[in-house]
Amino acid sequence: MSQGVGVVGLYVRDQDEAVAFYVEKLGFAVHTDVRNGDYRWLTVQHPEQPSFQLGLFKPQAPTLDDATAQTVQEIVAKGAMPPLVLVVDDCRAAYDRLSARGVEFTQSPVDRYGAVDASFRDPSGNGWKMIEARPDAR
Amino acid sequence: MSVAARPDPKLLRRLLRAKDRMDAASHEPWPMERLAEVSGVSQAHFARSFKAAFGVPPHRYLLTRRLERARALLRDTDARIIEIAFQTGWNSLGTFGRTFRDVLGATPSELRAREQAVARPLERAPACYLSAAQRPNLMSAVSEKRRREPRHMSGPEEREVP
Repeated sequence: MSQGVGVVGLYVRDQDEAVAFYVEKLGFAVHTDVRNGDYRWLTVQHPEQPSFQLGLFKPQAPTLDDATAQTVQEIVAKGAMPPLVLVVDDCRAAYDRLSARGVEFTQSPVDRYGAVDASFRDPSGNGWKMIEARPDAR
Repeated sequence: MSVAARPDPKLLRRLLRAKDRMDAASHEPWPMERLAEVSGVSQAHFARSFKAAFGVPPHRYLLTRRLERARALLRDTDARIIEIAFQTGWNSLGTFGRTFRDVLGATPSELRAREQAVARPLERAPACYLSAAQRPNLMSAVSEKRRREPRHMSGPEEREVP
């Protein structure tokens, strides 16, 4: 695939903490990590999704003024950012594996309309729904 | 407003944890003490900060979650109404029925009949987000709502939180 969405970014409160979470706990790999002064462009990638990068960005100057950066931090910490969905083959197995690594689950696996889903948050407050791919949709 | 006077995002993240815990187990009792402990703050500080962060007092938020869940169970299952009341955290069928009607404008059985008559939501969107969209938007206390609508003054005042 040569066209499509390449990077979607999340706001995180601390990039070191975020990379530890997404890499060590969720199993993503760092794709790009470059700095320019205080600014750090940091993206990670799902091992099975080479065409997509998830950006882990800190709301900060000079891209945002201090008051706006603070507002964004508050919004993230209140869990008010839009939904994120992680698709897995086996939701219960992934739940067991990730819980054991200390991922903060906000909902344990539930069977709904024939698919299993669970929810977790990253340290900043971004909320993920983890959904088991339906056999017919794979 | 100066940045220094704004809430600490780390505190907000801990308050979110209390909200998440109520979401995950809205049928359980959530006394202020338990919520404050989840957030790592004093009880007085918790109630004030939660309302400032999320726009509603913690126990009213809990009430909206219980009603949302009761409504989903009424629509999606054939469980008896008394079972749904106990399953969603009420201690009395009377309180459940009265609160339900005062907030949602229909009795549990009326709402069940109405909602079971319409088609299921699209299965392509995660069910919990669709369900959250129907959460009652309870911007005033139930007792206040009752005062404004005198026809609903059918029982003694009850506390909002079981």
